[in-house]
Amino acid sequence: MTSTDRTRFPAGGVSAPPAGRRPAGRPSSRRAETRRKWYEIIGLTTPALVVYVMFVLVPMGFAVYYSLFRWRGVGPPTEYIGFKNYTLAFQDPIFLDALRNNAIIVFGSLLIQGPVALGIALLLNRRFRGRAVFRLLVFVPYVLAEVTVGIMWKLILAEDGTVDALLRSLGLGSLVQAWLADLDVVIWTLLFVLTWKYVGFAIILLLAGLSNVPHELTEAAAIDGASWWQTQRHVTLPLLGPTIRIWMFLSMIGSLQVFDVIWVTSVPAMRSLGASGTMATYMVDNGFFARLWGYGNAVAVILFAISFVAALLFQRFLLRRDIEGAITKGAN
Amino acid sequence: MIVATNSVHSPSAGRRPLSWGTPLTYALALAVAAVSIAPILYVIIGGFRTTPQIVDDPGGLPDPWVFDNYRRVLTQSKFWQQAFNSGVIALGTTLGVVVLGMAAAFVLARYAFRGREALYTFFTLGLLFPAGAAILPLYLMLRDLDLVNSYYAVILPQVAFQLPLTIVILRPFLSAIPRELEDAAAIDGAGRLGFLWRIALPLSRPALVTVGVLAFVASWNAFLLPLLVLGDVNLHTLPLGVQNFSSQFSTDTAGVLAFTSLAMLPALFFFTLAEKQIVGGLQGAVKG
Repeated sequence: MTSTDRTRFPAGGVSAPPAGRRPAGRPSSRRAETRRKWYEIIGLTTPALVVYVMFVLVPMGFAVYYSLFRWRGVGPPTEYIGFKNYTLAFQDPIFLDALRNNAIIVFGSLLIQGPVALGIALLLNRRFRGRAVFRLLVFVPYVLAEVTVGIMWKLILAEDGTVDALLRSLGLGSLVQAWLADLDVVIWTLLFVLTWKYVGFAIILLLAGLSNVPHELTEAAAIDGASWWQTQRHVTLPLLGPTIRIWMFLSMIGSLQVFDVIWVTSVPAMRSLGASGTMATYMVDNGFFARLWGYGNAVAVILFAISFVAALLFQRFLLRRDIEGAITKGAN
Repeated sequence: MIVATNSVHSPSAGRRPLSWGTPLTYALALAVAAVSIAPILYVIIGGFRTTPQIVDDPGGLPDPWVFDNYRRVLTQSKFWQQAFNSGVIALGTTLGVVVLGMAAAFVLARYAFRGREALYTFFTLGLLFPAGAAILPLYLMLRDLDLVNSYYAVILPQVAFQLPLTIVILRPFLSAIPRELEDAAAIDGAGRLGFLWRIALPLSRPALVTVGVLAFVASWNAFLLPLLVLGDVNLHTLPLGVQNFSSQFSTDTAGVLAFTSLAMLPALFFFTLAEKQIVGGLQGAVKG
């Protein structure tokens, strides 16, 4: 984990010149100075460390422990059943459906949002008057609460609602579906809603990446006779690689734990039939509302493990230096 | 689709800066903006109609405009109380994130000590812990601590899960403050804490605003954690309120539209105020 530390700080972090040490005095005052420095370090980091350990790390540890019990949440867990909760989860077709739905959302988001966001970002990266307003507008859906977005689309997609009326008025009445109530359609409807909500995030990241592409390069390409599209394809896109990969990473992690939009948009029956549920909704339905706490915690651990492994694999094979050890070290 | 269109019209335009784009550029940009905004406008305008109007003609405009839905939501629902709860929780979260994150990031940026990079890595590991996955054990822990049904039950975990990103954004910012400033402060008799308070803090205002805004928006929009730990309706936040209202009065479509758009307005208002910080923060997080 510390291999990159050494490259940055040759002797494991201690030989870097201490920032702001005052001119060295007598040895005893230097010792007092060192002691005071450590008081400051401990005093300033402890509050953050305590909150972070207590509310981020400790709960995951407890999840692993609880997941080994059959437990209704009353009193301490006593009925140890080993890994039975895990095997039960993988035998439950509803959970497997949830896994499939998560996979649809992860890959669907990448495959749809990626190209769409890239196209829009390239469009909004062109210089024209009013560009700033357009940039602002495409980002608005991302700022709204997931719940608001879910309720909003639930109303718009209601049976004989706005979307149906719009399609009929365009003569496309045959396309009308039970958008949120058809077992085979609902997950694709939800994928659309999620795309609408999150594509602005991808656009903003890509615009940030585009603003880092030096003008000299695109101008040089233009002078050499490259068309606008050739410039984008051969100069801009390759330089966007790191931004695209970081967006893919964030999108993937977000898609694995998607909950809010699914929860408020689709009716509970859709979830319990496996048509729209994800790992997170399955976990909350079973753990919290059905009070199968041991089982719910096992699902939590599975969800965490899948996210963790996906993140590590992504980091190992795609991200490499893009986020310079910000998430994991040792992969460089 | 848009990519393909781009490639078609490309040779003609865009090689050098244009003050006015081609009509095609505007057409595409308008289409994109319309798709982003139309559903939101529909909800806001729909709140000015009556439910029978909406049932008769789902896509129509208000005729006549009625203000009763909005008036009802503002006077007869728990809207104000929920907005207040959301505000308290979001401000508490923001304060906690900024104070704790700044203190920790300052140490990680300006002190040289054994284990510094290990500590930084330890904090950044939190980026891999999805808040969603930890929600059940978190609930159990808050229940055992007797914190369920209090503002703290939402604030403390939100601070904890926001800290890694905050530290990742703040640390490079604090590291970039030139050594000379710190030395000058030392010559003037200020210790490292004096330097933190009098120089680093004012200098990092833009970065602090960014992490503060990100924490505020995340808290304002949060749903899953409040759903589990705030059983008491008097403590409900706006996202819970929207969901409750829409399932409780599901036949009152116009009322739900009005409630939903009122719940959206603070976010939209806040976004227009802090758009630069939100966008800048997301970009900073990526470059972090």
